[in-house]
Amino acid sequence: MTRKQRRLYFVLLGMLALGGATALVLTAMGDTLVYFYTPSEMAGKQIGPDRRVRIGGLVEKGSVAKDHETTNFTITDLTATLPVTYTGVLPDLFREGQGVVAEGRIGRDGVFHASEVLAKHDEKYMPKEVAEQLKKSGRWQEGADTAK
Amino acid sequence: MSSFFDRYANPTRFMRLATAVVPWTAAATLLLLGSGLYFALFDSPADYQQGESVRIMYVHVPSAWLAMAGYSTVAVASAFALIWKHPLADLVARAASPVGACFALLCLVTGSLWGKPMWGTWWAWDARLTSVLILFFLYLGHMALLNAFDDAARGARAAAILALAGFVNVPVIKFSVDWWNTLHQPASVSKMGMPSIDPRMLLPLMLMAVGYTCFYVTVLLLRVKGEILSAKIRALRLSLMQVANQ
Repeated sequence: MTRKQRRLYFVLLGMLALGGATALVLTAMGDTLVYFYTPSEMAGKQIGPDRRVRIGGLVEKGSVAKDHETTNFTITDLTATLPVTYTGVLPDLFREGQGVVAEGRIGRDGVFHASEVLAKHDEKYMPKEVAEQLKKSGRWQEGADTAK
Repeated sequence: MSSFFDRYANPTRFMRLATAVVPWTAAATLLLLGSGLYFALFDSPADYQQGESVRIMYVHVPSAWLAMAGYSTVAVASAFALIWKHPLADLVARAASPVGACFALLCLVTGSLWGKPMWGTWWAWDARLTSVLILFFLYLGHMALLNAFDDAARGARAAAILALAGFVNVPVIKFSVDWWNTLHQPASVSKMGMPSIDPRMLLPLMLMAVGYTCFYVTVLLLRVKGEILSAKIRALRLSLMQVANQ
């Protein structure tokens, strides 16, 4: 084996080992790397009111109720739902059917008390007319990707 | 393969090739970025959700792509430098790093400016944003290591090892939005199947992306030329000093 070949195998092996190690670490860290939990994940986790978490999903249709500065709404991932209460200014994209991420604590009453609400948008880009056309023809899937 | 290197990676031949290519890529850059910006800012529709803010995408997305392409250049050049000890490979890695760092910074800044009106926050520690920030730091580390030693060859070696080790971050950036829940939305164009972006918005995005690439190639070639020349000057100065000492 020439020195060049030895160096080539050394670099390849090193990259392979490093890639494997990274994959193992990332898998081990698992869901500590996620930015938010979905309502179904929350239900299986038994997270107490002492821990700040973020939950994400869609704002359920017809669930938004405003009372002065306070907004009550429900976050859904189309399997489970979680009621949320938030006092403050909402992002412009916040609306029913929109993907959102709320940060806060779950109360003893089972309601999620959010201190911050962020809007998520999906990876679809299109002009307004096209979106309306799709909705009219019934080919629109509301938040199909945001809710996963 | 080695005959290919001998032919094209010879510094003198590379200088001639780069001098011939640069005017063309520079002209293409001007043409593509000019028309791309025109479509992006004036002649493309506003988004159904994001309104006019969507126009930030045309600057943001190509800079993210080029930041990753730039890092890949540095990593591949570093591998060639470590394994085949080719003199040109070190120079390419050294030339590409600051350009890629600028793309990464542009990506982070425009992303932040986009995040505030859309998400409601300048920054979020989600997997996509964090891994791109790490990419930026890897670039900074690479540039710092290159110049951290009195002996330039040792610096190049250390920086090449860092660049290769940091390469694992590139697939993490790409797939972060699929592997974990993130605030950042998943890929629209570089994914399997049809791009989920309207053709009238895809056109300016692609013009900008190819324009960014031409810009990158132009700047990279110019910088490699500069590196070759400064290496020559260093060698000349050294031999002059030896002559003077005799």
